[in-house]
Amino acid sequence: MTTSELTAVRRRDGVAVIDLVGDVNATAEAAIDAAWAQATEVEPEAVVLNFEDAGYINSTGIALIVGMMAKARAHAIPIRAYGLTPHYREIFEITRLADFLAINPDEDSAVRGAERSNT
Amino acid sequence: MSTVTGFRRRFFGRTAVADRTARDAVTEPVAQVDEVAPVDIAPNDPLLAYLQSASGAVDISELELDSPALADLKAAGVKLAVPLVSQGELIGVLNLGPRRSEQEYSTDDRKLLDNLAAQAAPALRVGQLVRQQQAEARTRERFEQELEVARLIQQNFLPKKLPDLPGWQVAAYYRPAREVGGDFYDVIPLRDGQVGFVVGDVTDKGVPAALVMAATRSVLRASAQRLIDPGVVLERVNEHLCPDMPAKMFVTCLYGVLEPETGRFRFANAGHDLPYVKTADGSVELRARGMPLGLMSGMPYEEKETVLAPGDSLLLHSDGVVEAHNPDREMFGFPRLKEAVAMYPGGGELIDRVLTDLRTHTGPDAEQEDDITMVTLARSPSAVQTHGSAPTRQLVEFEVPSAEGNERLALQRVSAIVAPLGLDDARLKRLETAVGEATMNAMEHGNQYRVEQPVVVRVFTEADLVRVQITDQGGGDPPEREAEVPDIEAKLAGLQRPRGWGLFLIKNMVDEAHETSDGDLHTLELVMHLNDGTEVRDEGGDDDDE
Repeated sequence: MTTSELTAVRRRDGVAVIDLVGDVNATAEAAIDAAWAQATEVEPEAVVLNFEDAGYINSTGIALIVGMMAKARAHAIPIRAYGLTPHYREIFEITRLADFLAINPDEDSAVRGAERSNT
Repeated sequence: MSTVTGFRRRFFGRTAVADRTARDAVTEPVAQVDEVAPVDIAPNDPLLAYLQSASGAVDISELELDSPALADLKAAGVKLAVPLVSQGELIGVLNLGPRRSEQEYSTDDRKLLDNLAAQAAPALRVGQLVRQQQAEARTRERFEQELEVARLIQQNFLPKKLPDLPGWQVAAYYRPAREVGGDFYDVIPLRDGQVGFVVGDVTDKGVPAALVMAATRSVLRASAQRLIDPGVVLERVNEHLCPDMPAKMFVTCLYGVLEPETGRFRFANAGHDLPYVKTADGSVELRARGMPLGLMSGMPYEEKETVLAPGDSLLLHSDGVVEAHNPDREMFGFPRLKEAVAMYPGGGELIDRVLTDLRTHTGPDAEQEDDITMVTLARSPSAVQTHGSAPTRQLVEFEVPSAEGNERLALQRVSAIVAPLGLDDARLKRLETAVGEATMNAMEHGNQYRVEQPVVVRVFTEADLVRVQITDQGGGDPPEREAEVPDIEAKLAGLQRPRGWGLFLIKNMVDEAHETSDGDLHTLELVMHLNDGTEVRDEGGDDDDE
């Protein structure tokens, strides 16, 4: 099961939620690009990345996430994440992704956080 | 007056004939009076040819030749010259002055002298040959004495005993050729339990080679203690040797430093024959570039390293092995030696087997052409002492085809093997990530995603740690390695590409990561302590991922 098959985009209170499902690796690149395009088709207040159903994330997957963060920065779209396991949260901290991507424990706090940051 | 003047030392002093005569025909004159002064005959003097072809005594006073020697003989008062010929070769001349009776030499006198010459010449020849043999024997004796001195010098500078390294078998063999060459080897205890291994060969033979060998060995020992790094050590030795190296002489030398606990072997090579290491994948050459010592100052010496895993063995050798000829003048050669290393067990048995193969190749009675030196270093297959306590055990070895996504196979299998050892969940996850990234790198950079070139994964455990070795085929000419340290801010600003996290992750996930390469293979060893006492290092060094 890979992200390319099941990644989806939802909208919640003006926030685009990208559900990353399965492995986040090279095979997920097309799906992530498509999801980003869909999420930003109508400019959202923020983008939230949902890792609750994500599986194995490798360095290529990290690069894909960095790619989304760079696009978000370029378009001044706040970006958040939730649902990371402790291991991947540690990796986000070691790589300093966590310095530029707010990490919340769940979807509600992530969406609320996104709304607050826009007010 | 009749005088038999002896064959004068100087009479033939400048001719080949004369040399022998001068040395051998030192006879006292029968009479103590009227001795003819010595006369030299040049090699191209026509008198020589005349005497050689003369049928008997030659009347010097009557002879007319354009010959300086003839003039000298006449001036010295020589009346008659009787050639002494043995087996057709002029070996001396009997010179006579005027008879005491002042009468001419009669026909009977001449017959008598001819008979005397015919009797004396063979006896004189025998005397000359005896002297010649005695001189040759003295020369041979001096040569043998020199060889003995060379042997003594060499043997005094070879190790008296080899170190006893737990978990390792160290063996050495040295046999000089009759004309002692310049081979040497050494084993040098270094700080922190490290051990230096040296094999070298001085050009030339005999005493000069032995003296250069002794100097090289001494300088190397002194430098090794202070500098440790093999490349730096060889640089220093080269600088010491260059100013005083005799013309047309130089030294080839392989110097390596072993860390017995880890099997890490760092080495540098000054133009010496490449060592072979036997691994689970066969035997490979350990390559490192460097000029022979003593040729040119300012030379750099490339330093490489490999890890000798349990069961691996290393052979250092001199060219006397591969350059041994069979009766058809075919050399033993590198391929045979490489095959022997792959085929035979390591240590002393490897040496014995190679020597047996060598004897079969050269024939049992062939004289050894050059010095033969071999040093072997074998790591026990499953019981390597570490930290003086528990042994190293290999838990598994498996291959992963180089295809995208297969790093999952490697990390899952390693995780399943390591989990029962008690690594906590967080550290196990870290190890999984490191194994996954290392396998990805190996498949992509090392094996170019060629499915037929698998990545080899080995897992070992010791008392308090786990080692995972991931080996690919990218050791010889590694593809460009990324030196860029990943910087998230630069990536977000578009100043770095988003990728480039692999090696960064590996180094930050495990307690230690060692990269080694040799002729064909590239290995990344990951070390994870089983307890949590070791801080995970934060290294942002050379990156090298997907």
